[in-house]
Order: sequence, then C-alpha cells, then structure tokens
Amino acid sequence: MADETSLTIDGLSITARPGTSILRAALKSGLYIPHLCDHPDLDPVGVCRLCLVEVEGRGLVLACRTPVEEGLVVRTESPEINNVRRVTTELLIVNHPEDCLACSQNDRCELQRVAAYVGVDRQRLARLRRDARPAPVDTSNPFFDYDPNRCVLCGICVRTCSDLQGVSAIDFAFRGFDTTIAPFGKMPLAQSRCESCGECVVRCPVGALAPKNAQQPSREVRTTCPYCGVGCGIYLGVRGERVVAVRGDPDRVTNRGSLCVKGRFGYGFINHDDRLTTPWVRRNGRLVEAEWDEALSLVAERFAQSKGESFAALASAKCTNEENYLIQKLTRAVMGTNSIDHCARL
Amino acid sequence: MTNSIAEIGDAACILAVGTNTTVAHPVIALQVKRAVARGTRLIVINPKQIDLCRSADLFLQPRPGTDVPLLTAMARVIVDEGLADTAFIEDRCEGFEAFRRSLEAFSPESVEPITGVPAAQIVEAARCYATRKPATLLYAMGITQHTHGTDNVLATANLALLTGNVGKPSTGVNPLRGQNNVQGCCDMGALPNVFPGYQKVADPEIRAKFESAWDCRLSDAPGLTHTEIFDAIAAGRIRSLYLVGENPVLSEANANHVREALKRLDFLVVQDIFLSETAQLADVVLPAATFAEKDGTVTNTERRVQRVRRALEPVGHAKPDSWITCQIARRLGAGGFDDARPENILQEIASLTPSYGGIAYERLEGDGLQWPCPTRDHPGTPLLHRERFATQDGKGRFVPLTYKPPAELPDDEYPLLLTTDRNLFHYHTSTMTGRVEGLKTLAHEELLRIHPDDAARLGIADGQMVQVCSRRGEVTVRANVTEICPPGVVSATFHYAASPINVLTSSALDPVAKIPETKVCAVRVQGQ
Ligand code: SF4
Ligand code: SF4
Ligand code: FES
Repeated sequence: MADETSLTIDGLSITARPGTSILRAALKSGLYIPHLCDHPDLDPVGVCRLCLVEVEGRGLVLACRTPVEEGLVVRTESPEINNVRRVTTELLIVNHPEDCLACSQNDRCELQRVAAYVGVDRQRLARLRRDARPAPVDTSNPFFDYDPNRCVLCGICVRTCSDLQGVSAIDFAFRGFDTTIAPFGKMPLAQSRCESCGECVVRCPVGALAPKNAQQPSREVRTTCPYCGVGCGIYLGVRGERVVAVRGDPDRVTNRGSLCVKGRFGYGFINHDDRLTTPWVRRNGRLVEAEWDEALSLVAERFAQSKGESFAALASAKCTNEENYLIQKLTRAVMGTNSIDHCARL
Repeated sequence: MTNSIAEIGDAACILAVGTNTTVAHPVIALQVKRAVARGTRLIVINPKQIDLCRSADLFLQPRPGTDVPLLTAMARVIVDEGLADTAFIEDRCEGFEAFRRSLEAFSPESVEPITGVPAAQIVEAARCYATRKPATLLYAMGITQHTHGTDNVLATANLALLTGNVGKPSTGVNPLRGQNNVQGCCDMGALPNVFPGYQKVADPEIRAKFESAWDCRLSDAPGLTHTEIFDAIAAGRIRSLYLVGENPVLSEANANHVREALKRLDFLVVQDIFLSETAQLADVVLPAATFAEKDGTVTNTERRVQRVRRALEPVGHAKPDSWITCQIARRLGAGGFDDARPENILQEIASLTPSYGGIAYERLEGDGLQWPCPTRDHPGTPLLHRERFATQDGKGRFVPLTYKPPAELPDDEYPLLLTTDRNLFHYHTSTMTGRVEGLKTLAHEELLRIHPDDAARLGIADGQMVQVCSRRGEVTVRANVTEICPPGVVSATFHYAASPINVLTSSALDPVAKIPETKVCAVRVQGQ
C-alpha cells in the first residue's frame, strides 16, 4: 500500500493518508468544507449533512464519511451542493439566538463559520422563523451550562462522553417536537452520572456547552497539573494576576489533552482569599502576623537548639523535586538526622 | 510504574487490583476504558463495586485484606494448568521451586472461605491474565495500605514473573502513585533510609560521596518514618518538627494521636499555602507559593520528570519553598544553600543521583524524561527490567508468601469493617479542592457508604447522620446506603475536616514499608 493517496479537490491535487476522510484531508490541506458534527477525536457519524461534496462518477456524498481514494475527483461547489447546504444552514440558525456577541464561543464558533461561508439571506430567515419560547438552560453543574437554544445537535458531546470518556452521562432526548441533549430521564446534569470532566464542553463547536463565567486569558503558561500522580500536561490561562482557565495540553504524551474535573476546573485555590500571604508566629499562645526576617530568625534559632535526633522533617509530595531535595539536604547535612519522610504512605 | 501510561492501551489484559482508578487517576482510567472498548479484557479486583466494574469483563470482590491468598491462588492455577512462562522463569528468575511448593496451601477452593471469592472466578481470572498477553497489572493503595502491604506487592510481582509479564511493552507491575509528586519526593530522598536516587544512608561509600559534596558529616543511622516520627514526638524524643505542605491532623491514621503528639512539641514549623488544620497548631507558619507561582520539576507515576512553570508572582509575601528552605539553612550558618534557583538545584541533584544524571531543564521542554536517565545523551527509560532486574544478580525473585490477616478485624463490639478511599472531586485533605466552589458543590460532605442489609439491621436510613466509633475515636457522618459496599463493609474518604475519618483508622504498620493499615479497621455504626 502506498504511504499517501493522491486526489483532486476543486482542481487542486492533494495527498492524504489512506483511510482519511475527504473532509479531514481537505481541512489538513487548508481547504475549508463546511462541517459541524465531525471531530478529529471521534469517529464520523454524518448527522449534520453540511459537508456534502460531489465525487466524479458517484454524485453527492458526505465528505466526513467518505475515505480518500487514489485518483478521486472531488468538487465542493455546485448549484446543487449550495442549495442543500443553504437549506440545512437556514434550519440550523433560524431559531438560534442572535446575541453572538454575548456568547462565550463568539469568534471561535463553527456555526458562525458555516453561516459566513454559506451566506445567509435575512429575509428568507425572517419568513422561516417560528415563534418558540426559549428552552430553559441547564445551569445545575457548577462549572458549565448547557443551553439547548444554542445547540446544533451535532452529538459531539454525546459521543465524547460515551466513546472517549466511557461515562455515557448524556444522550439525545426528545421533548415534544424539540430534540435536546440531556442526561438519562432528562434530569439536570448535576444529578446525573456526569463526572464534570468538561471534555464535552471543550469539544462543543458552538456555545451550547459553555464554561460558567468564562474569561479569556491574556497569556498561557505550559505546566503540569498539581493534583494526582498522572501528571497531565496543562496550560494555565492567566489574565492580570489571576489564573482564569486551564486547558489540557494536546501534545503531552501523559494525557493528550484530556483532563479530569480537578485538573480542568480545580484552579480556584490559587488566588483564593484564604491564601497565607505573610509569616505568622505564635506570641502569648496566639498566632500573629510577622515579617519574614523575624520568622526565619526564630526558626533558625530554635532549630539550632535541636540538632540531631530530637529534630524531624516532613517533606511534601506536593512540592517540586528541587524543594524536596533541599528539605532532605537541610535535614541531613545541617540538622544531622535522617528522620525525614513524607506522606507517600497515605 | 515499571511501564508507561501510554502502553496501557495496547495491553490484551488489564488486571486492576486495589485501585479505584476512575476516581483517583481519572486520566489513566480513560486509557483503561478506551482499551476495553477496543477489545482488551479487564479484570477488576476490589472489595467494593467501584465505577470501573462497569467496564470489566471479570469482577472479583474479595474481603478487604485478603489479597495475598487471592493473588497467590491465581498463581497456583497458572502453575497447575501449565500456563506459566517457563522460558522466562528459567532465564530471568530465581526461587521458583520454593515458590511452587508454597502454592500448596493456596488452592482456589481453600482460599474461597477467606477471600469470599468463588473458586471458579479465581480460575477464570488466572486464565485470562496468563493467556491474554501482553497483560499489565495496575495497583494503588488498596494493595499497600495494609499491615501486610509489602506481601501484597510481592504477590502481584509473583504473578507478573510467573507469566513473563515484565520487561516488555504493555506489561509490568504498575503502582499508580497518588499525589502529583509523591514519586519525585521519594526519588529525592525524602525518606529516612536513603539519599536521593534510593542510595542507602547506611552505605559508607555513598555517605562519603554526599559528605564531600555537602561538606559535612552525615549520620549512618536510618531515621524514623512518618508514623514513627509521631510516636517519637508523643514519647518526647523529637522536640522540633519542620513540616512542609502536609496536613497530618487529617491525613494520618489515628489522627487524634497525631493532634495530641503535635501539641507536645517544643517547636513546630508549618510551611504551607493555607492555614491548614495542622498549621493552626504551629509555632511558626511560613507562607509558601503554589505550583502556579514557581519553577521546578515534578515526577509522575511513570517516573516522568516534567516541568512546572511560574505563571504568576506569589501572592502577598508568600515565597517558593526552595527560597524558604535555603533561608533557614543559611541562617543556621550552613554552606551549600546560596543558590535557590531550581535549574541549578537540579544540576546538583543530577551530579549526585545516577538515575537523574542526564536530566536538565533544557531537556525537559517536550514530554519530559523518564528516569533512569544516567547521562546527558540518554533518552530516558519508558520501560524497566527489559534485560535484567534491579537485583544484585539481575534475576527476578519469587517470594513465597503466607496469609496474614489484618491487624484489626470486626468483632462483637466493633462489628463492621471500615475501609477508606477517595472521591473524584477532592484531593487528600481538601486544602486545595475545598477552596474551589464548584468542587465543594459537587461533593460537599463526607458520606459513609453502607450496604442496605447493614443499614436495615441498624435502622439507618439513606441520608441520615450516623455515629461511627472505633477503638481510637468517633466521627459523625452522613450515611449513604448503597450496594457499592458489600455487607459488613463500610467506606468513607478522608477529605473533610467536618468528619475527620482518620480519627477512626488504625496506625498498625506494615513491618517493612511502615505503611499504616488505613484500608482495614473495625468500627461500630449507630443512628443518631
Ligand atoms: S462533563 Fe464529562 S462526564 Fe459530564 S457529560 Fe460532559 S463528557 Fe460526560
Ligand atoms: S487532570 Fe486529573 S488525572 Fe490529570 S493529573 Fe490532574 S488530577 Fe490527575
Ligand atoms: S460533518 Fe459531515 S455530516 Fe456533519
């Protein structure tokens, strides 16, 4: 088998790995084909029907479900394709809220991209619009909301939860004429089996699943999750002097972008008001604020009096290697004892 | 871990024993679940019906504390049915004959009354693990937190040796370490008997090396372990304690004892990011920086050394721990603490620690490096024991084992068995996660899980407050009536200061690893 398959899309010759779909091959070559339900981490299902293309000798096919083949001739534009796409797009946006500027996905939204590409006729839309009351937003999860009014029913969240996370907390649910995404029995997310990992939120192509109080960071710092021993790679999103977001590092081999609820949403402690911001020393039985100089002198003075076997140190499995190295060096080289341990056993 | 996280997905069989993986190591659990979706067989061995059971092909539910007979009976089946990897045993192991003889006492039928696991299930699990190769074995604190925890670990190693599931991709004996840098903390010699890189303090040559590097005299007497330190404090032998980033008042077994002990100290220094329950007892509290406010390295459960990078300035007057420790040392007149810059400290570590010899900041930009990494051009070691084991002669050693019951079992007075675990939303004593509003909302209080039969017998309703007593203390906690726990067993976490479960647990120790038996103690539960 050849390493690469060659095909033409709109007269452009491209190559792709065998087995790749026409859609992903095109996107990889910098060629846009409208799409909503395809996600690189998931198997294609072909439900949004936006990615229609014409393959010579075969007619219209879904680009996300059709693998590349040697010599394939593909066209992404034709009156027929444009017509189907326009109708599909209109149906998607006809009752979509129009407050894009207030949406957390604004500017990163796949639906905006599709609409911009396909083109929208305001008058036709106005005629199609039906009067519907907005459906209630599920705000029960403390970290993210589900707004069915913004949902395009691509099913990416459903497949993420079942195929990637193995949790299957959510599915398509039918409420009268309207389909939404909901946990089994349509109960609120917080009462479901949902583990709040946020993997569905990350993959939602529109603003239907969106983090609460989302703030965009001004810069990101590549680091490692502070919680469990898996050591997932993360990017800390910083804005001003606060951490406002965490994103899984897609390139780190330990987690390839995945995170759990603690890693993704558990950063609030960093800028918490309870943080210790000055040393404290006990005076007359009470802890009172002190300067570093005073606290350190006191520590050194008292440690100097208990060198040897009357001293012990407990290092921390939450501190860095360098810090733990220094603590054991202090204990052994300066305090003269090997009584150093940490809570590895707990 | 002998092997790497990324290898788990390619195993043909995964044996997960004593690990509540979806809760404690969620992203490793993803690997496990995705492997199962692709056809990997999953065997779960756990006293509780944990979440991972939903993905399992086989679920064995032993009584807590009976892992040695269970795992050894599996070994017996493997030998009896001729499923052992004889070439591997011949080539790379020793002590097989004595081990084989020791299996006499462990037929699946004879251990059934001890473990409560039907013999047929033991046979099935043994066949699956021995025949579907490569097979990987994952374990966590359900294996280690016992008075016979070392034996449990040896029992897992025996199984892996017997089937040749070591030293090859997607095999191995893989402990999943709990805290983000518990591996690194051990590697760095924050242990009473070894210097960095597990170099023994009792070895005169090693000591000489560190004495010359640090320009001092070093003690050859191994120090005290965590639990022993608290005993020595209680006995008045240790007078000052330097405690960094730990909260033993909640995390330590037999927590009342710990609290009493700490009060007896002449001088307690606590260095932390919050005023923890333990810090409130201190004479001096030193404000430390969080991971987001400092540079450094941490080592994950697969021995991967990764970077932590400063994203913010420390809040207020807080300082990185490395700065604080260096300041204390310098004020004690010590040399060798002048440079607190992490990249230079790592250089010193590398110069004294063979397994970290080749690790340096400029090499850690991508995925980091897995130790052993002895030289600057060494690529790191994703997979241990490829050709030889870390023993003198390079052979893997079978160890015959005997069944030792837990130190404290239920009796008339304390008829239920308490085993501790964790939940998904909190971490250790919740000093960090307890300050994240959403995590508090999702899991805001301790729950004592109890089987419906026990609950009915005791007249306890789901959601009711109950009193739990052991020989060491008592706690009030909300009951959660569920079949996750088998009859006779109750379980709870230790995340919550309001229901400090570790006042109940036993600090009986494993004689070798000195791990307290927090996975088994006897309690009495009554409604309020
Ligand atoms: S947050 Fe995670 S568990 Fe919850 S619905 Fe989304 S993918 Fe599923
Ligand atoms: S994101 Fe979750 S699984 Fe990953 S290291 Fe952090 S706590 Fe562990
Ligand atoms: S992307 Fe092809 S049908 Fe949705």
